Amino acid sequence: MIRPSGLIAPFPKTPRAGMPMIRRCCATMGRVLLIGLVVGGAMALLCDPAFAAPQEADPDYRTLPFISSRVAIWIIAELHLMFAAFVLAVPMFALIIEYIGYKTGDKRFDQLAYDFTKLLSVSFSFTATLGALLTFGLIVLYPALTKYLVKIFSWTFLPYVLLFFFEAVFLYAYYYGWGKFSPRVHLFLGLMLNIVGTAIMFIANAWLTFMNTPSGIDELGNLTSIWDAINNYIWMPINIHRLIANMAFGGAIGAAYGAYKFLGARTLEEKAHYDWMGYIGNFIAICALLPLPFAGYWLGVEIYAYDQSLGITLMGGTFSWLFIIQAVLIGNLFLAANYYLWLSMGRIAGAERYRKFIKYLLAVITLCFIVWATPHSLVATVEEARAMGGSHHPILNVLGVMSAKNTAVNLLILTTYVSFLLYRRANKDATVSWAKTGNLVQFGIFAVVVIFVVFLGVYGYFVDAQTRIGLSQPQVFSVLFAMVAVTVIDIFLFRGAKKRGDIAWGKIPARAQYALFFLAITFAWLMGLMGYVRAGMRQHWHVYGVVRDTSVDAFTPTLGFAGLVVSITVIIFFLFIAVVFFLSGLSSQKNWVASPKRTRRWFRRAKPADELDAGTLSSDAS
Amino acid sequence: MNLLVLLVIVAALAALQLVATRWVTVNRLAWMAVWWVAIYLGLAYGINPPLPSSIIVLFMAIVTLALAVYLSADSDELASAVQTVTAFIVEKRFRVALLTVLAVLPLLVALKVYTNLSNPPQPPSSSRTIHPPPPASIIFDGTAIDLATANNPYRELEHTDPAAFAQHVENGRRVYFENCFYCHGDNMQGAGMFAHGYDPIPANFNDPTTIAMLQESYLFWRIAKGAPGLPSESTPWSSAMPAWENFLTEEEIWDVIIFLYEFTGYEPRAQGMPH
Repeated sequence: MIRPSGLIAPFPKTPRAGMPMIRRCCATMGRVLLIGLVVGGAMALLCDPAFAAPQEADPDYRTLPFISSRVAIWIIAELHLMFAAFVLAVPMFALIIEYIGYKTGDKRFDQLAYDFTKLLSVSFSFTATLGALLTFGLIVLYPALTKYLVKIFSWTFLPYVLLFFFEAVFLYAYYYGWGKFSPRVHLFLGLMLNIVGTAIMFIANAWLTFMNTPSGIDELGNLTSIWDAINNYIWMPINIHRLIANMAFGGAIGAAYGAYKFLGARTLEEKAHYDWMGYIGNFIAICALLPLPFAGYWLGVEIYAYDQSLGITLMGGTFSWLFIIQAVLIGNLFLAANYYLWLSMGRIAGAERYRKFIKYLLAVITLCFIVWATPHSLVATVEEARAMGGSHHPILNVLGVMSAKNTAVNLLILTTYVSFLLYRRANKDATVSWAKTGNLVQFGIFAVVVIFVVFLGVYGYFVDAQTRIGLSQPQVFSVLFAMVAVTVIDIFLFRGAKKRGDIAWGKIPARAQYALFFLAITFAWLMGLMGYVRAGMRQHWHVYGVVRDTSVDAFTPTLGFAGLVVSITVIIFFLFIAVVFFLSGLSSQKNWVASPKRTRRWFRRAKPADELDAGTLSSDAS
Repeated sequence: MNLLVLLVIVAALAALQLVATRWVTVNRLAWMAVWWVAIYLGLAYGINPPLPSSIIVLFMAIVTLALAVYLSADSDELASAVQTVTAFIVEKRFRVALLTVLAVLPLLVALKVYTNLSNPPQPPSSSRTIHPPPPASIIFDGTAIDLATANNPYRELEHTDPAAFAQHVENGRRVYFENCFYCHGDNMQGAGMFAHGYDPIPANFNDPTTIAMLQESYLFWRIAKGAPGLPSESTPWSSAMPAWENFLTEEEIWDVIIFLYEFTGYEPRAQGMPH
């Protein structure tokens, strides 16, 4: 289903001009390694007992002019995180796509994987630079906190820096070595790149999760077990959540790149190729988006389990309104993802017979979106609150808690899956003898699972909190079961199916491409928002319950201010991404040559002067 | 729910559908406008007590977005809608209707302004946070209590010594009706005899989204420290809860917590769990 059957011809690999491959590879790696060495050096300096020893003259904080230290670190950390997420995600799906190309022998997959990988080189340099900036920012602006974290995690820095070096080696070998190695060796390089990148993320996650749910320390904050400090309450949930979220984010940015190229494409072949690229990017993003709420829920449960204060601050207290914004953004993501799929059906002959279902799917999505976005405590005037008898509305009240929201998100996921299923079978007619039975069984599975999910959602209001939290698991597993079972049936159902026509890649309205931009921007905004929530829920603690924030910024910013900082960060990120897109596109540009026209014009302009000075020239020459 | 209003809206939609099927062709744009108005009327007048305006705005924004998606998800329908709007603006036969719309729009805005200004002034809405986060520990009668690990010391009697547990329930009942029911009500619905003097009124403990979602240590903190012990973040809390540590013993507070759960039939949220 992800094969571009309508693509007219595979894109030839454009020879990259300029420096020889090895020189370019070494130059880029050199820059990145230099940054790594500087960061490593800074960390080593901090590990030095002489430096780390407390000195009275050392301030706990330093301030920046014009912008507070907190906002500066906030923006840099978020930008670093966004680029890191992208750099870790792209190799994952590039490797999978390359592998599909290798197994099927279809060069178009290889080209697509290369197109995605082209975005990596510049992004990796940006990530490293922002990482260095973040490290220096922490050392300079938050010296006491940095020293404490170094004291706890000092031994993790060496493997981190080493892994960073290896990542640079594997990444540039993977990128510049495209077509230069045997496919198996190249796939191995990609695999190693992914393993090393994931390991780096896991180490960095240990540092930041420790700040939220510190473990492995005594009452005075001294380290008692490094493994416990790493394997704290939310380390693994964050690892898994980020792994999945990175895929979704990377897929969305990749799809946005496809959309950007599609809108600028001049030939049908280009349009077809970049339409396909956008589709694949979106496919990856949506596949990763589907399990993401479950991973987020697990993270929330662990936070609550560590300390109810953190849990309440997060979901019921100060930050609860940000979760309403999050719900609106995620609802928009699902809406946009379905919208793109429905518009994509326009390129498939035979899809028109499924158009009548769109309104029902949309109705379910809208209803679930509304349930998800309904706050528990409502914003109300005094009169409205009196009419309701408090801050809770007697009818809407039940929609504001997790039972309703879990049910809504499960149904949203199922609905999105149904949209994809319709897209998948749009140009096919099943020819197997049991087609009718197969369809009935698929419908039956959906019906049973929907009833089961809704039943558990309602049942959750009549049981204790412990049981209610446990109910989310059968909800999730029943939805996963439905998706897997229906997909398996569908594969056999449409084996040898009669095709109504090919997929006409490139035949898609421009607004579908803007939906892809919307998805990428919403993902980035969501990451920024939830990143702030995760860090901000510590409130006046640097390390929760251990290192108190005594700086001038030790207050929780207003929601409006936080929204502004997150939005500015997202704008900066997309300015950087525009640079990445531009630089990545340079490799496929033709070499610069002097325009003959320009030369002629110069001669024409120059001619009168020549004529005027002809006598002088002649006399000089003589 | 205001069923009569909802029934009228559904009947009007059904009647329009019938007309559209048999006599008149209604394009998708017009249908969307009809649905938008119907949903708005349903939200504004079909639910009792009325929804706050902030919620109606939120829901209608989502509905508007969804309708826009529906219109533009089909290129032919979108082209038809654009053509309809263009025709309405440029074709002579719609001139009177166009002028009418142009005249009515400012009048509607004026009406809205007039309505807003003629209402008595109200304090602005606030996004009140309901669940204040508890501190890591509190001092009760000179002793530190870690709220992350504190358990109701009498809870285990429920299984080990039911008779003793029943005594604690009874003691909790006495404490509740001597001290709490004036505000929280005899059914724990937050409708005691003094409740309506407060804004907001006390929480309804029978609501599955209040004490059923909280740990017992949380309730202990709220009862012991009351409004004066609420955190400095997310203020104002608008709570009139006294600090009961000045009037009740530790055992009495744990007992009244047991009674709250026994009376409502809920189980307290357990501590800890995963990792």
